[in-house]
Amino acid sequence: MEKFICGNDAVAEGVRLARPHVISAYPITPQTIAVERLSDMCEDGSLKADYMHVESEHSALAAAMGVSSVGARAFTATSSQGLLYMAECLPYASGARLPIVMMNANRAIATPWNIYGDQMDSMFLLNSGWIQVYVEDAQEALDMMIQAYRIAEDKRVMAPVMVNLDGFVLTHTYELVNIPSQEDVDAFLPPINLEDQVMTIDNPKSLCISAGNDFNFEFKIKQEQDLTNSKSVLEEVDEAFSQAFGRKYHGLLETYKMEDAEAVLITTGSITGTTRIVVDEMRQAGHKVGLLKLRYLRPFPQEALNKALEGIKAIGVIDKNISFGYEGTIYTNVNSSIIHMETPPKSINFIGGLGGRDITKANIEEAFQKLMSGDSLDRVQYMNVRCEQ
Amino acid sequence: MQRPKLKQWQEPKSVQDYPLGSTCKSDHLTSINAGWRTYKPVIDHDKCVMCLRCFLVCPDGVIDKSTNPLTIDYDYCKGCGVCAHECKPKCIEMVKEEK
Repeated sequence: MEKFICGNDAVAEGVRLARPHVISAYPITPQTIAVERLSDMCEDGSLKADYMHVESEHSALAAAMGVSSVGARAFTATSSQGLLYMAECLPYASGARLPIVMMNANRAIATPWNIYGDQMDSMFLLNSGWIQVYVEDAQEALDMMIQAYRIAEDKRVMAPVMVNLDGFVLTHTYELVNIPSQEDVDAFLPPINLEDQVMTIDNPKSLCISAGNDFNFEFKIKQEQDLTNSKSVLEEVDEAFSQAFGRKYHGLLETYKMEDAEAVLITTGSITGTTRIVVDEMRQAGHKVGLLKLRYLRPFPQEALNKALEGIKAIGVIDKNISFGYEGTIYTNVNSSIIHMETPPKSINFIGGLGGRDITKANIEEAFQKLMSGDSLDRVQYMNVRCEQ
Repeated sequence: MQRPKLKQWQEPKSVQDYPLGSTCKSDHLTSINAGWRTYKPVIDHDKCVMCLRCFLVCPDGVIDKSTNPLTIDYDYCKGCGVCAHECKPKCIEMVKEEK
């Protein structure tokens, strides 16, 4: 069935199909519509879940941890200030290896106060032990809600997943979205089974144990190994998803028209769609340009990225964030990966979109032109700034 | 309720043998925990009437009532003295430990 819906609706539809037992969420712009829809679904019976009205985002994730600790499927959603307010709970959940799924509507963080979209919020939490995936459109948002539970609950992974979609550009714009049948989703995503994890009378467990300087390090090494190894699991889940539903997202990253490309832009989230169109137009005009869509930032796809960039002369990394005092965070991550290539491409950071500023087709074309010009450029370039810098 | 006996704990050989996250099987302790004790409780079994008040009030559950006379697990007794304070027949003495 196809429906003309917005990104928030698509998230809610995906969550409904994944059949969580409990939803604990606190509304925040631009995520509000998603949790309102889920609340409606719990009310009209189309989703048989308990909806918990919590008093804050910190409580929303704390409640989800309780739900997950007893072996039930938990969902929460947030954005921006809400994500930062719940930040303390994020490593708690990942350290406890709880397969919670959360939607994050990427939004600017204060101050100056701003409700529009950029990716400053989720970048803060790259080190939280959560898997982070960024979607390009509403269809991918819906599909990733379903994939996310299968990845999170895989015994080889057991990590929480944050599905990021750009505030307003994705959460509030409408598109035709294919909604899979419950039957097909049930066949793809079996009920959660954490029997060997949860406590029973016969199998007493200690929850949230301490591990001091004598044992803590090894717990963290195990967590790191499992999150790194989840790369193969999420590729596998995407492949199984494409066989079941006919839509493929290419796992860790997607390459677009990169075969003979001289300049490549690396994107995450909604800006990928605009860049695709610019690549098509510039290709028609004879320019050898391509696009690499980073889907996952954690685990970071180092091997896949380096392989995809072999033979490329210049790359530009689009960051909708600044790590103040340095550069865009994705740029730092990409550079630390390509340093292991035999002949790494020249790389430039294009920072834009902060506080919801548009990144236009013209801005993207200009970025490609700069990369192809061979000029020596400052390593950080700002896109679409309204005055002199 | 009897105090659970300490189960043998095997140190993991590989990080992958560690518990998955911060949830792990209960009923085992990885180390003894009595290093801060200055005075240890000693029961005068001739005076003890087996009222079990000490068993009830011990915050660490180190008094084992499955034995007669009662025994104290000094690996986990922190020496707080609550048992001696609460003992009606005054048959528990806190004895300074020389180390």
